[in-house]
Order: sequence, then C-alpha cells, then structure tokens
Amino acid sequence: MTSTGPVASTAPETSTAPVASTAPATSVAPVTSVASTTSVASMAFVRLRALLPRRRTRALPSPAARGELVAEARGLRVALGGRAVLDGVGIGVRAGEVLALVGPNGAGKSTLLAALAADLAPSAGEVRIGGRPAGDWAAGELALRRAVLPQAAALSFPFPVAEVVRMGRAPWAGTGREDEDEAAVALAMAATEVEAFAGRPFSALSGGERARVALARVLAQRTGLLLLDEPTAALDLRHQELVLRVCRERAAAGDAVVVVLHDLGLAAAHADRVAVLHGGRIAADGPPSEVLDAEVLSRVYRQPVEVFPHPRTGVPLVVPIRATPSLKPDNSPSLTRS
Amino acid sequence: MTALLEAPATPEPPATAAPTRRGGRTTVLTVGLLAALLLLALLSAGIGAYEIPLGDVLASVQHRMGLGGHALDRTAESVLWNIRLPRVVLAVLVGASLGCAGALMQGVFGNPLAEPGVIGISAGAAVGAVGAIALGLTFLGNWTVTVCAFVAGLATVLLVYAMSRSGGRTEVVTLILTGIAVNAFAGALIGLFIFFADNAQITQITFWQLGSLAQATWPKVLAVLPCALLGLAVAPFHSRRLDLLALGERPARHLGVDVERLRIALILVVALLTAAAVAVAGIITFVGLLVPHLLRMANGPGHRFLVPGSALGGAVVLAAGDLAARTAAAPAELPLGVLTGLLGSPFFFWLLRRTRRKQGGWA
Repeated sequence: MTSTGPVASTAPETSTAPVASTAPATSVAPVTSVASTTSVASMAFVRLRALLPRRRTRALPSPAARGELVAEARGLRVALGGRAVLDGVGIGVRAGEVLALVGPNGAGKSTLLAALAADLAPSAGEVRIGGRPAGDWAAGELALRRAVLPQAAALSFPFPVAEVVRMGRAPWAGTGREDEDEAAVALAMAATEVEAFAGRPFSALSGGERARVALARVLAQRTGLLLLDEPTAALDLRHQELVLRVCRERAAAGDAVVVVLHDLGLAAAHADRVAVLHGGRIAADGPPSEVLDAEVLSRVYRQPVEVFPHPRTGVPLVVPIRATPSLKPDNSPSLTRS
Repeated sequence: MTALLEAPATPEPPATAAPTRRGGRTTVLTVGLLAALLLLALLSAGIGAYEIPLGDVLASVQHRMGLGGHALDRTAESVLWNIRLPRVVLAVLVGASLGCAGALMQGVFGNPLAEPGVIGISAGAAVGAVGAIALGLTFLGNWTVTVCAFVAGLATVLLVYAMSRSGGRTEVVTLILTGIAVNAFAGALIGLFIFFADNAQITQITFWQLGSLAQATWPKVLAVLPCALLGLAVAPFHSRRLDLLALGERPARHLGVDVERLRIALILVVALLTAAAVAVAGIITFVGLLVPHLLRMANGPGHRFLVPGSALGGAVVLAAGDLAARTAAAPAELPLGVLTGLLGSPFFFWLLRRTRRKQGGWA
C-alpha cells in the first residue's frame, strides 16, 4: 500500500478549497485505475455541490508533528454503574506511534479507549483531544480528528459493503477534503482486502469479514487519531498481521494509533509502546521490550508466563507456562488412574 | 456508462459500479411510482357510483386551472370536486405520511419491524382524536382533532422509545411487546371514551376507528395539510444521518452525527406525520411497514431514496387501496383500514418469520 497518510494530512493545511482539491489529485494517480469507472455524471454532481453554500464551516484539523501529543488522559477516573472502572489513569497518545493497550478482561482497556474517543464523560480528571478538552468539541469536529473501531460491528440494515466503507467519509462532506472520498474508500478497501465482496450486503458476511469492513470504514475516515478496539479479535492469522501492518503504516505516515489487543505477541511485534492495564490502573507503560516482563505479566494476568526473545528477530515472545504431562512421563499415572 | 457496455462476464470494479447502477434504478422507481400515482389519481377521480369519463376529468381539471378544457354539468362537477378529488388528495396525503413515518421510524429504531401501527403510535394518536370527538372538544376549530392526535401521538412515541430501548439498541422482541402493551392501553382508553360517548359520536368513532377516507372534505384536507407537508418536507434532510445511524448510536456519533438531536427531530416528525394521518383517516395499519420494506428490497436500504420513496409509495398504496375499498364491494364500501390490515398482516407475519430465522430465534 502506498502511504497516502502524509499527503492526506498535508493537503488541508491550507484550508482554502482550490489547494485542497489539487494537492491530492496528483497523489491518487495509482488509484484511479480502481476508481476509473466513476461516471462523468457523479463528477459533475461533486462540482455542482461544491458551488452550493456550505452549511457550516468547520475548522479542518491541521496535521500533528511527529511526537506531538494528539490525545491524552490525566488523572482519569471513570465510574460505570457505581464502580470505578478506571482510576487515576494518565496516558498520552503521540502522533506517529502505535500504542497497544493490553491487560486481562475487565481491566478497563475498552473504557479507556471510549474515554479517549470522548464517548464517556470522566467523573474526575480530564481527556484532551487535539489540545482541547474532549467535551468542548462538537460531534462533527471530533469526527474529523479521531476515528473509532467498535469491538462489535453491527448494522441495522443490509447496506452493501462499499456503502458501509463510504460512510466513513461522511464527516468530510462539504469540506475541501471531500474530493478525497473516492481515493480514501478505494485505498481503505484495498488495505483491508475487502474489495472482493464490495457489492455484497454487510449482513451476508462472516464475522471476520465484517470486522475488516468496519476497519475499512474507520481507515477511510482518514483522521489523525485512530482508536481500534480489538481489531484482530475475529480475524485469521493473515488478517491479524495485515491489520497491524496497516496500523504501522498509518503511524509511519504520522497518525496516532491506539489499539486494544489481547495477543501479546502481536503487541510485542507491532507496537511502539505498550500500556498494561490492571484493575482500572496502568500497571506498566513503555516500549514492548521493557514492559513485557514475565513478572509483571504473570501478576497482572494471574497466570505464570515466560518471556523470551525470538531466536531470529529478538522480539519478545510471551508464552504461558503450562504443565506438560507429555514431557513428564512420571506424571502420566495420575491422569490414567481409575 | 462504460460498465453497461462491458460484457457481463467480466466482473466490473464493484465499488464504483454499484452507485451508478443503483442511481439508474432509483430513477426508474421514482418515475414508475409517480406515473402510477398519477394514473391512480385520475382513475379514482372517475370511477365510482357516478362514472365520469377520463376525458371529462382532465377537461374539468384543465378548466379550473385556466388551461382550456371545459366545465362538466353540475352533478358531475360537484361529484368530482366536492367528493372525489378531496378524497384522492386525502388518500395521497395520508399514504405519504404513513409511508414516510414508517421509513423514518425503522431508521430511528434501527429495527425493520418498527411501524406506527405495530408499535402503537397510531393507537396513541387515536386516543387523542377519539377523546376530542367524544368530549366534543372544538377549542381549535377544524384543527382540534389533529392537534389532540398529535399531542397524544407524540406522548406515545416518547413512551415507546423510552420503554423499548436498552444500551442504545432496540431489540425486536422488546419493541413488539412494548407495542402490544401500548396498543392494549390505548384500546382500553378508546373503549372508555366510547363508553361515555352518545350514539352519534359512537357511530362517528367506530367508523373512523376502522380507518376510512369516506368523510373526506376540503376542510379536512386543509386540517392535515400543514402537518403532513411539514413532516414530509423535513424528513429527507435527515436521510444521510439515518444511514449512519444504522451503524449504531456510538459509531454514528463517531462520524459526527449529533444523535440526540437527530432522534428528537425525527420523533417529532414521526408524531407529526402519524397524527396527520390518524386524525383524518383513523387507524390504517401496515402501510408504513409494507412500503419501506418493498422499496428496500428493490433499491437497497439507503435512506436518501427510501424516505421520499416511501412517501411516494405510501401514496400509491393508499390511493390504490381506497379505490379498491370503494369499488370492490360496491355499492357498499369496505373500511380502508380493514383492507390494509387484511393484506398487511400476512406480510407482517412473513417478515416476523424471516427476521426470526435470520437472528436464529428471539431469546
């Protein structure tokens, strides 16, 4: 996949329409073969719509410099149903990095992600997105700045896959970056390998296919902050790798990516930073090689694990310590007795 | 265009080809529905106990519009302009309101089984209207019944909405069960009003309860026109956001939809449309269920076509239904609500079965 991220993020810097429309045009050249059948009529319609008065002029986000704080939580406390799900969580999300949130079930990973997405109002502390308190943004402005992949992808009506992905472009309607729509949708569908069933209704897809379509929609939104809740949960081996490679590419292009993962191996291999959540607090936060520590993980997961470097790449591998009867013949009588 | 010329064996890039194909189908459907509506309106104006030939109908309409043509004799002119045409216009207005309300409601609830009649909004609006009739209220003149129907209808939508949702979603079973409870309660209230009403009012109420356009007059048309037109005019502006709402509330918000505001606006519109229909025609069920479903099957679930298309389709269905109700058992007249119920219930049954199969049970 060609990295469109830098282009997408530099184009709107000058929010005057003519510049925004010429800049991406050169970059999408390889894509036009996919989108070549776009009818003249729809192009004319786009032109026509550009002439109509804009309903509201929203300030387009300016791209963040690499390493700049895109979102952060400070002293965050979130209570759901009277129970503090998050307590005193502080974390920063920086442009150009993949941050993996890991931890046992119920540790607060999804809640933290929802708080960073401005879905939840904190009962104490604060969440800032793009330097402003999350609650100060209007829904339409936030949608230009962060995209969220929910844990379960649902759809009430059987929209075709291509239209579902296109929904990701809705926030940009009426802005200068509307011209990117076709390219963004085509690239997102290519990146998640969902083109083969673009015309099929979403409801006719398998769980893993749905998850990839949902991810394609989120990628098509082309925001500087990506919040992905377990994007790999329903996926096969190939597509797990593919999804995290896409995350890496987006980070390389200057976006900030936060991803909730259960597979520590995936986190170790692909994340720049790993935050381990435990009981609503951050138990460890740092590069995978430091954070993925056998002692910490064994305690947090209440399951003894061993961590050792991959013999070829040196990436940490996390393996549960299992009782292996087959390797210890003297244990076998206890299994076969009676 | 190129996609059409290509040999069908070569798979075209679906991402871009689909909208073009769908755009063509949208045009065909719209033109077809409009033509059907025009044809039905002309037929309805001519057919009845007093036959008026099609040529005369056209001539009289032309005459009144000052475009040539000629006036008919006094009886024909009176039948056409005082009896037939108000009824045709009312059928179109009520049908459009019901069809559109159905499409909106299914979108808001994210549930294909939501319909004003099924979930009790019509019955709720009917309570207001029956109450106005039974208590002899006239505080707003011609508009009293409409306003009472609107207030009661709005209260019912809010109640159903609050009762049938949990965790941002509406489950089918919860929705239908809530509808049963609301319908039962509204039925009891209507019964209570009938109990206290005198004989003349009872006749009026029963007749109207079965759903009918037989009492159509121009003042009645005027009484619902503002409600229906306002609702029909506002509805299409929410189509795009309704598409996004299909993803669920949170994802819709992530895409920039102010879900709360959208919901309130659409609930108001649904109450407006349902009240308009119920106030003049009584309870006519299943139009709002059947029409959006057929259109969704024909042209996909996109609301940009579905919302205005359902209004058009509803108008067609009700114009046809009313024509059938007037002529099928002539000289007697079938109640329109009974007719739509007879045809709509089996469809609803089939829909229930299909939904259940898809979900793998209700549980």
